[in-house]
Amino acid sequence: MGKSKSAYSTPGKVGKLDTHIIVVWVDNEAGVLARVVGLFSGRGYNIESLAVAEIDQKLNISRITIVTTGTPQVIEQIKLQLKKLVPVHKVADFKREDRNVIFKEMALFKVVGNNSKRDKALKACKKYKAVILDKTNKSCVIQITALRREIDLTVKNLKKYGLVSVSRTGAVAMTRGSEIFK
Amino acid sequence: MSKLYSGAEIVFKCLEDQEVEFIFGYPGGAVLPIYDELKNHNSIKHILARHEQGAGHAAEGYARSSGKPGVLLVTSGPGATNAVTALTDAYMDSIPLVCISGQVPTHLIGTDAFQECDTTGITRPCTKHNWLVKDIKNLEKTIHKAFEVATTGRPGPVLVDIPKDVQFQKASYTKFKKQKKLNGKIHNLFSQKHIDQLINLMSKSSKPIFYTGGGVINSGPRASELLREIVNITGFPITTTLQGLGSYPGEDNHFLGMLGMHGSYEANNAMHDCDLMINVGARFDDRITGKIDEFSPKSKKVHIDIDPSSINKNVKVDLPIIGDVTEVIASTIKTLKKTKPNFAKSNKQKISDWWGKIEKWRAVKSFDFINSTETIKPQYAVQRLYELTKNRDTYVTTEVGQHQMWAAQHYKFNKPNRWMTSGGLGTMGYGLPAAIGVQIAHPKKLVVDIAGEASVLMTMQEMSTAVQYSLPIKIFILNNEYMGMVRQWQELLHDKNYSESYTAALPDFVKLAEAYGCVGIRAEKPDELDDKIIEMINTDRPVIFDCLVDKQENCFPMIPSGKPHNEMLLGPNDQKVKKITGKGKTLV
Repeated sequence: MGKSKSAYSTPGKVGKLDTHIIVVWVDNEAGVLARVVGLFSGRGYNIESLAVAEIDQKLNISRITIVTTGTPQVIEQIKLQLKKLVPVHKVADFKREDRNVIFKEMALFKVVGNNSKRDKALKACKKYKAVILDKTNKSCVIQITALRREIDLTVKNLKKYGLVSVSRTGAVAMTRGSEIFK
Repeated sequence: MSKLYSGAEIVFKCLEDQEVEFIFGYPGGAVLPIYDELKNHNSIKHILARHEQGAGHAAEGYARSSGKPGVLLVTSGPGATNAVTALTDAYMDSIPLVCISGQVPTHLIGTDAFQECDTTGITRPCTKHNWLVKDIKNLEKTIHKAFEVATTGRPGPVLVDIPKDVQFQKASYTKFKKQKKLNGKIHNLFSQKHIDQLINLMSKSSKPIFYTGGGVINSGPRASELLREIVNITGFPITTTLQGLGSYPGEDNHFLGMLGMHGSYEANNAMHDCDLMINVGARFDDRITGKIDEFSPKSKKVHIDIDPSSINKNVKVDLPIIGDVTEVIASTIKTLKKTKPNFAKSNKQKISDWWGKIEKWRAVKSFDFINSTETIKPQYAVQRLYELTKNRDTYVTTEVGQHQMWAAQHYKFNKPNRWMTSGGLGTMGYGLPAAIGVQIAHPKKLVVDIAGEASVLMTMQEMSTAVQYSLPIKIFILNNEYMGMVRQWQELLHDKNYSESYTAALPDFVKLAEAYGCVGIRAEKPDELDDKIIEMINTDRPVIFDCLVDKQENCFPMIPSGKPHNEMLLGPNDQKVKKITGKGKTLV
C-alpha cells in the first residue's frame, strides 16, 4: 500500500507561476462581477487584486482588471473560460513585466503626527506624484499612484512617520502608444 | 397599439415560437400564474414529475434522445434547489436545458420571503448563463436568448428566474422567428490550413487512433454518419468515451470499445501506444486519461472541439481545431478525397502492423467474465438484454455505478442518441427519470433503464410519473444489494472494510412495482433470465425488473488510479493477470 488510495489521480508537477493582468470588458448588469469572480473561485484561480468600474455609460460597459498568478496553462484557461461568459465582450492579458503596458494603483495614506513627521511622510511619497487631499494641524491625507511594489514599499516607509490608515485600489492597466486592444 | 400579454402568456408564446412540445415540471406558489396559463396552449404538454430533480433528468433524457432542448418548469425556493442536481448534471454532460423558475415577487426579493432563495446565485456555477427578469419588457427577449445560449456552441443548461409579479404584468409580444445563426461567440474558428495539417499528420502516422466523445452526438446525427465515413476511408481504429457510445457502430471491426478506467484493454493500450491521437469532441476527462504525465506519451495529439476552453485544459495538444464536429469532419473528408484519393489503399499497408498489435490486445478479451449456472452474473444479464433487444431500436439509460460500466461494456449501440448516462457528474438516480423523458420523445420505442438497486431508489418516486402518463419504461435492476462500485473500491482500496455500502432492508421491488400500479418481474436464476426479459419486453406497461445478480462481482478491466493506460488490471478470468490482481490491489 502507501500508493494512492483514491479513485482520483495524484497531482502532477506544478509549473512555474507567472503574474498576469487580465482585463475584461463586460456588460454592466446585475451579477456580472459575481460571474467573473465566481469563475475564479469556482475553478481555484487566484485573485491578487481587482478593480472594476463602468467605462461607457451609453453602451453600458464595465472594465474589470484582475491581477492573478498561475501557470501558463492556467492563465490560458482563465482567458478562455472568461470569454465563454455571456456578458463578456473581450479579454486582454498582459504579463506584469510587459513594458508596453502601464500598470497603476492608487493609494490613500492618512498620516497623523507633528509637522516634521508629516513633511517627511510627504517627502517619502514625492516620486509617486503625491497629492495632499486633506490637511489639519495634526494630520494629512496623501494620495499617490504607483506600482504595487512601490506602494508596498511606501507603506513600509511611512510607518515611522505616523501612518494610521491605508486605502488602496486594485491595479488598472492600459497599453502604451496609439494602439488599443481589440 | 399592439395587444398586451401577461408575463405568463409571454412565457408560453416564447415556448410556442421555440416549438416546444413538452415541459417537465412541478407547480408551486411562485409559478402558479404560468401553470394557470397552461390550459390555453394545446401544443404544449406538461409532464408532472414527483420531484424537481426527476423533472430535470426527464428533460435531460428528452433532450439527449431527441436533439431538442429540454424544458423544465419549477417553483421558487425548494423547487429551484431541487433542480440544481439536474442542472449540474446537464452542465457537465453538455445537455441543452432551459429551466424556468418562479421567484417571489420583486418587492420581496432579499427579504427572506416564503420559499425565497437566491436562485440565480445558486445556479450561476451550474448553468451556461442565467437571468433574473425584473422587468416584463425584457421577458420575451430573455427567454429567446435563453434558448439560443442553451442550444448553440457547446450546449448546456440555462435558467430564467421570473418573479411572480412579472408573471402578472403585461407587455406586448413580437412574433419570434427562429434564426439559424450562431450566437456570435461561436465557434468554427478553423481554416483549411488546420485541415491540411490534420491530413498531413494522418498520412504520416503508422499508429493512429480516433478518440471520440459526446461532442459527436451533440453535433447531430450527421456527425455520426461522417465519422463512419472517415473511419471507412482511413481504416483507422476508433474508440469512444462513455458519452460517445453510439456515435460509431458497436459491432464494427474498427471499433475498439469504450476507453478509460473501465474501458477495453485494446482501446486503452492503443491510446497509450499510438503515434497520432485524433480527439473528436471529447474532453480528456480524468476517467479517460489516468495519470496525465504518462498519458499517451509518444503521440501527436489533435483535438477537435467546439469549445475553445476544452483545448489544453487537461492535456496539451499539438493541433487544436476549434469547430463543430460535423463541419470539421466534412471538410476533412472533402479535402482527403480531393488531395489523396488513394488514401485508403496506400494507408492500409502502413497501419497493418498497428492493427496486428491491436488484434493481439483484442484477443485478451478483457470484457470476459466467468459465467455461472447458479447465479446470474450482471454482465450476463446485460448481454442477454442486448441480444434480446438488439433487433429493435432500443434506447438505454443508466444510473451510476458498476451496472453503468457493465452496460457500457456489453450493450452495443449502432446509432447516436440511444444511450443516455450521467457521465460527468455521475448522478445516481439519473436513469429512471431520464427514461421517462426518452419515452416521451419516442413513445413507440423500447426504453430500458439499466439500473442498480441503490441508484434507482434515489428517484424511485418517478415510477408514479411513468404510470400517470402510461410510459412503458423498463427498469432493469441489477440487484446485488450493494452500492456495487463503492463496494468494489472498498474491496480493492480499503482492506474490504465495507463501510455503509450494503443496503439492508431493501424493498421488495416486485411488490413496489405493484404498489405503483406497474408490473414487477423477478429473475433469480440464469436459466429463467431470457424468458423473463422477453416477458418484460412484451409488457406494454412500465416494468420494474428485479434481476438478482452475483453480489461479489467486480467490474473489470480497470485502470488503477495513478496508473497509465498500459497498466490495466484485468479480470480474474485471465491466468496471467491472476498474479497481478493480488499485487495489483496494492497498487490501486
